[in-house]
Amino acid sequence: MGEKLSMIVFSGTVDKLYPVGILASGAVAMGMDVEIFITFWGLNAFRKDQIKQNTKISKDFEEMGEAMMKMMQAKNVPSWYDILKQAKSVGNVKIHACSMTMDLMGMTKEHLDDIVDDVVGVGSFIDIAKDSKITLFI
Amino acid sequence: MAEIKVSRTIDARGSFCPGPLMELIRAIREAQIGEVIEVLSSDQGSKRDIPLWVSKAGHILLSITEKEGYTSFLVKKAK
Repeated sequence: MGEKLSMIVFSGTVDKLYPVGILASGAVAMGMDVEIFITFWGLNAFRKDQIKQNTKISKDFEEMGEAMMKMMQAKNVPSWYDILKQAKSVGNVKIHACSMTMDLMGMTKEHLDDIVDDVVGVGSFIDIAKDSKITLFI
Repeated sequence: MAEIKVSRTIDARGSFCPGPLMELIRAIREAQIGEVIEVLSSDQGSKRDIPLWVSKAGHILLSITEKEGYTSFLVKKAK
């Protein structure tokens, strides 16, 4: 087993989902495995009907959201989703959905995009993440 | 110096970090041992990230050349 980066993704705004994709890319480039636990708004962002339509941005930077999006489009920056997918194609990136959020929101695995690997309880994720070199809460 | 034969050039200019590095990793994976991949990158992070990845992954960085507004990296697949 290689070194591991674990991320707990709680946020569902695009400005916070970008670092998830970019950090996962950096980690796989450096030969690390990546374990991502998506929960609450983070999980909501991985719904089939949300994953490509989501344009929400953190409240603190709301007024800059539109200009930022336009600038990124003009510079052909790939979506956070495509960046994460690329990371997945290069290395070992696993995306685990929080079963508690799924139950609460009345969702099943079918509601989520195929990029999501499985649905796990928090205990399982902690077990997966406990020997990580880097752990992030986003 | 003998001329280096480039098997494939990846033009990643305009692509942001970590785009050029990720494209290089994919190209190296698809290449045969001994082949040389050229990456063109205008991303500032590449200058550190690409050499670091190449040495970590055990390949050979043949050259880094500064051009007008971008950098060219020649990487040989070693294993």
